[in-house]
Amino acid sequence: MRRLTPYLLALPSWMWLGIFLVVPMAAMASVSLQTGNAIDGFAMTFSFSNYTDALGRYSPQLLRSLLYGGLATGAMLVIGYPVAYWIAFKGGARKSMYLFLLLLPFFVSFVLRTISWGFLLADDGVLFGPLKSWGVLPAGFHVLATTFAVVGGLTYNFLPFMILPIYVALERVDPRVIEAAYDLYASRTAAFRRVVLPLSLPGVFAGVLMTFVPATADPVNAQILGGTSNTMIGNIIQTQYLTNLDYPTASALSFTLMAVLLVGIFIYAKALGTENVLEAAAR
Amino acid sequence: MAELNAIELDDVVKEYLSHGEVVQAVKGITLGIAEGEFFSLLGPSGCGKTTTMRMVAGFEDPSRGVVRLHGKDVTDVPPNKRDVNMVFQSYALFPHMSVWDNVAFGLKQRKVPQQEIRQRVGEILEIVDLTGREKRRPREMSGGQQQRVALARALVNKPRALLLDEPLGALDLKLRQAMQIELKRIQREVGITFVYVTHDQGEALTMSDRIAVMNDGLVEQLAGPREIYERPATAFVAGFIGTSNLLAGTAAGGVLTVGGGRVLVPEQNGQVTVTVRPEKITISTEQPDGDVSAVPGTVAEVVYLGTYNSYAVSLADGAEITVFQQNALDSTTTAERGDSVWLSWRAQHSYAIGS
Repeated sequence: MRRLTPYLLALPSWMWLGIFLVVPMAAMASVSLQTGNAIDGFAMTFSFSNYTDALGRYSPQLLRSLLYGGLATGAMLVIGYPVAYWIAFKGGARKSMYLFLLLLPFFVSFVLRTISWGFLLADDGVLFGPLKSWGVLPAGFHVLATTFAVVGGLTYNFLPFMILPIYVALERVDPRVIEAAYDLYASRTAAFRRVVLPLSLPGVFAGVLMTFVPATADPVNAQILGGTSNTMIGNIIQTQYLTNLDYPTASALSFTLMAVLLVGIFIYAKALGTENVLEAAAR
Repeated sequence: MAELNAIELDDVVKEYLSHGEVVQAVKGITLGIAEGEFFSLLGPSGCGKTTTMRMVAGFEDPSRGVVRLHGKDVTDVPPNKRDVNMVFQSYALFPHMSVWDNVAFGLKQRKVPQQEIRQRVGEILEIVDLTGREKRRPREMSGGQQQRVALARALVNKPRALLLDEPLGALDLKLRQAMQIELKRIQREVGITFVYVTHDQGEALTMSDRIAVMNDGLVEQLAGPREIYERPATAFVAGFIGTSNLLAGTAAGGVLTVGGGRVLVPEQNGQVTVTVRPEKITISTEQPDGDVSAVPGTVAEVVYLGTYNSYAVSLADGAEITVFQQNALDSTTTAERGDSVWLSWRAQHSYAIGS
């Protein structure tokens, strides 16, 4: 009995995963190969052309999603790393308060936060309205419905997921190891480049994974902050599923997106795996 | 001064703010460490020894005073521009680098040519007996090996002085003793000034040419190991280094009367405190003759410690004296608990100390 205890304790989570992950995935995989329509019903025809058709029609949106996801991830890295560094090394006794402030926006719903960004960035909203009436900005100036707005929204919404893992990695760097670098004639820049940065790369690696995947698949930011030329793959999937009731196309797109992200992550991990990165940084 | 000291501290003070109050970690230290010397800063934790060393390394700025390296004022020079290297308490090896890259780090930062780096790293790894382990990562090595990597990483730069912050603290006893001898050998081999911070008196006595015993931010005594042990300057030093018996009272005519006995003291008259080491005292059943200090007492405890016995002897006035007696082949004077005995020692083994 005692030997079985760990397995029994794990049973609920395995069942949860089995019922709510494996079963729907299998169902979706099946739907993605069916043909038919919402009124007459769908039937399994092993129609692999669902994939080629969907990809043929929506590859611009898919590529755009990867681009936006990549841009936002890059922006988060540039903004997030210094914040994580500052909290980890200069936060002192107030570290937990800063981390709390970082997570504070999460107490407001994701959609609501994005809508308030929409208000802020509106053409005649609280920010640009007065600036335009004072003549600081030209009347035609707009941010909403641009690539900038969507990438900005993604960056804002997922930023904490970039900062937290980097913070954790930096926090674990032994300050004496940094002192050792100074002691061995390293300048501040050299100590950062040769010691602090390489030791924080596992956090950067985790942060990129945790932000790139959801940012690429996100439909909310493009829908609220973007225009018709900013549609991302998440919006297409949503529309196909909820509006057009074209379940096979939506499922095929979902699987395509998943496959692209998995392959991307795999290549990323292979090329920039923790060991390799550290190895390279030590040179 | 004819010869330049490797390291000089001139009335160095370190203050910091703690809960709005100014605390002095180091209260004014002046000392000179000679070229090629093995110098120890010895004291209990919180005595300011590590702070003192960190001011020499450049990690702490003195609040007042001057730090000189080879006569040059370096008080405001950052650590990466000082010609001293440090071996950290927990080694602080770069975990993401191999042994080779760890050791080569300082030379690379100084833009030493590739060829020379290869040669010097190879040489130093041979000295610390790590040849063949160049590709290992620190976490794949034992504590003793990591210790030697840390040593090599500092020594390879041929610094003017090597600062060691309790470098053997994390090792077990056997390894620590082996490393003490090893460190001394390496120091002789490379001829670099070593400044060694430790709270372990045995370590300091074994390795050092000179020791500064520190307490509460000040140097209590600065002398060679033998003198520190044999002639402690203060009650603190006497108590901190080894075991010591303190006897205090008012002397008259060069004699201090203690618990029914007489102790010969250097001072003729007045208030005096003397110390006597436990191994200098002889236990006998008869009152000894001659011009010696002699005090009667009762054996309160006998502890067998292998190479010697430790006796606790109670005097008539309630004071307790510790006596060590070697377990020689002809150890015949072994006293039992409850025995009435006489303790005696020669006049020159009582040292008057400052209070």
